[in-house]
Amino acid sequence: MTGPAPGWDLLFDLQQLLQFHFMQNALLTGTIVAVPAGAVGYFIVLRGQSFAAHTLSQVGFPGAAAGILVHTSPLAGLLAFCTASALGIGFLGRGLDAGRRGESAVIGTVLAFSLGLGLLFSRLYAGSAQGVYAFLFGTILGISDADVAITAAVAAAALAALGVMARPLLFGSVDPDVAQARGVPVRALSMAFLVLVALAVAQAVQIVGTLLVFALLVAPGAAALQLSARPWLGLGFSVALALLFTWAGLAVAYFTIYPVGFFVTTFAFGTYLALRVGRALLAARRLPAPA
Amino acid sequence: MGNAEMTAGARLLEAGAEAPDSAALAIRVEGAAVRHGRETVWSRVDLSVRPGEFVAILGPNGAGKTTLVRAILGVQALAAGSVTVFGRRARRGNDEIGYLPQRRHFDPDLRIRGTDLVRLGLDGNRWGLPLPFAARLLGSDADRRVRRAIEMVGAAPHAGRPVGELSGGEQQRLLIAQALVTGARILLLDEPLESLDLNNQQAISSLVQRLCREHGVTVLTVAHDVNPILPYLDMVVYVARGRVLAGSPEEVIRTEALSRLYGAPIEVLRTRDGRLLVVGQQEAVSFHGGPPAR
Repeated sequence: MTGPAPGWDLLFDLQQLLQFHFMQNALLTGTIVAVPAGAVGYFIVLRGQSFAAHTLSQVGFPGAAAGILVHTSPLAGLLAFCTASALGIGFLGRGLDAGRRGESAVIGTVLAFSLGLGLLFSRLYAGSAQGVYAFLFGTILGISDADVAITAAVAAAALAALGVMARPLLFGSVDPDVAQARGVPVRALSMAFLVLVALAVAQAVQIVGTLLVFALLVAPGAAALQLSARPWLGLGFSVALALLFTWAGLAVAYFTIYPVGFFVTTFAFGTYLALRVGRALLAARRLPAPA
Repeated sequence: MGNAEMTAGARLLEAGAEAPDSAALAIRVEGAAVRHGRETVWSRVDLSVRPGEFVAILGPNGAGKTTLVRAILGVQALAAGSVTVFGRRARRGNDEIGYLPQRRHFDPDLRIRGTDLVRLGLDGNRWGLPLPFAARLLGSDADRRVRRAIEMVGAAPHAGRPVGELSGGEQQRLLIAQALVTGARILLLDEPLESLDLNNQQAISSLVQRLCREHGVTVLTVAHDVNPILPYLDMVVYVARGRVLAGSPEEVIRTEALSRLYGAPIEVLRTRDGRLLVVGQQEAVSFHGGPPAR
């Protein structure tokens, strides 16, 4: 079987990429999802909340399964489950230091329960293996027009909310005690932010699946923080990288027989590794200088 | 330093003690009490701090020093009494107060520049994203104020580097700049010298003293060891056993005054180089058995 092959004519390559409706939807959704994922991801890394994000992504698994079981779209199940557990984690884990420390015990418990639920739901769901596989590793190539619309609406809402709370959230993330004294509602913001993480996760799961969601959610933010210590520039880098990983992953996967998730994660990992190594080399060269 | 008006001799200040007009005071605490659950942290606290004074808050661990700071900040609810700042009720987000919480160091991986940290002190509590172009059009002087605060504390050389990479002393300077950037007239510092080496302790002490004397900033600092700042102090506030004793250092840090406050024998020794040692404090602390700080 011969699939489409890329050539040196970029315009023709682009035409090939976009000739099928499923691929148009995939690129469109990928773009819509990558922007909030990159933006939210920057704050996840800055706040050290990767574990919370991880748990929310795992919760997406039973969520999507439940969505199929009750015959709505898996996306609806994803959104409902992720948001509910974000509120749960935020509420139960709130405590000192903007709720970050008390959080991890709650998160661990929620994580285990959600995976148990996922197991149950996937057993109940007849066509199990195929469906489970899709939740775990993404279903980007089978996204319906209705899902694109929901995704766009949710992404717009999440971005708007993040735009409004970005500055106090940054303050509360860097310096919660001072922020609180300055009148920033640190706890309420932590809670609201977890809900935003839930929305970003539920969206990103469609592209890369629950297991690989970090490629879009944490890797761009982590790489962006290596690139710049200016917060708003870093936020921009994070969004740009999330877009880049998504587009590159989709395009390369289209022209090969290998899955999208693999390429997205590979680009993300490669970029992060290159930046870390690059910065380490720079630092090593700078150190001996003052001697 | 106007100590003439201060009542002679240290005493436990009772509710309703006479004090100057509260609008002329930087901070006034009247009959205040704080409870955590059933436990009373302290009660019947009265305190008057005039603008430009340098005040140390001392006392054993867990006595409620940080709680007192938080009450002045308006983030700690009072069970009784009142706290006013420049004649108005203490409230969160008051631009006139700059605050340095008890510091854990910043995570070495925290990749936010010093400048950005100071900037957050100025407008980090505002909603929305900062729009640099709009700000320039509106003639915002935020950049200038941030620069001036950084210069005031001598942090300009390292303000462009990520905070996590800076030394404890450099971080502390930037945090003081952050606290001052709103144009604050009161600085509340919680153990600002803790975990600094001796050189940095001296540098930060003299910086704070300079802000107090040259810029007229009222400084209240929680201190574990009073000695590094003792020469600069106008007033000492000693918190122990649910009560507060306030007065000049000579009045408060005395064997009789502290023994009365603790209700246990305390001895204050003065070394030949003028350093103070408070002996017998540990017994008093275990006798006190109060709740942990905050």
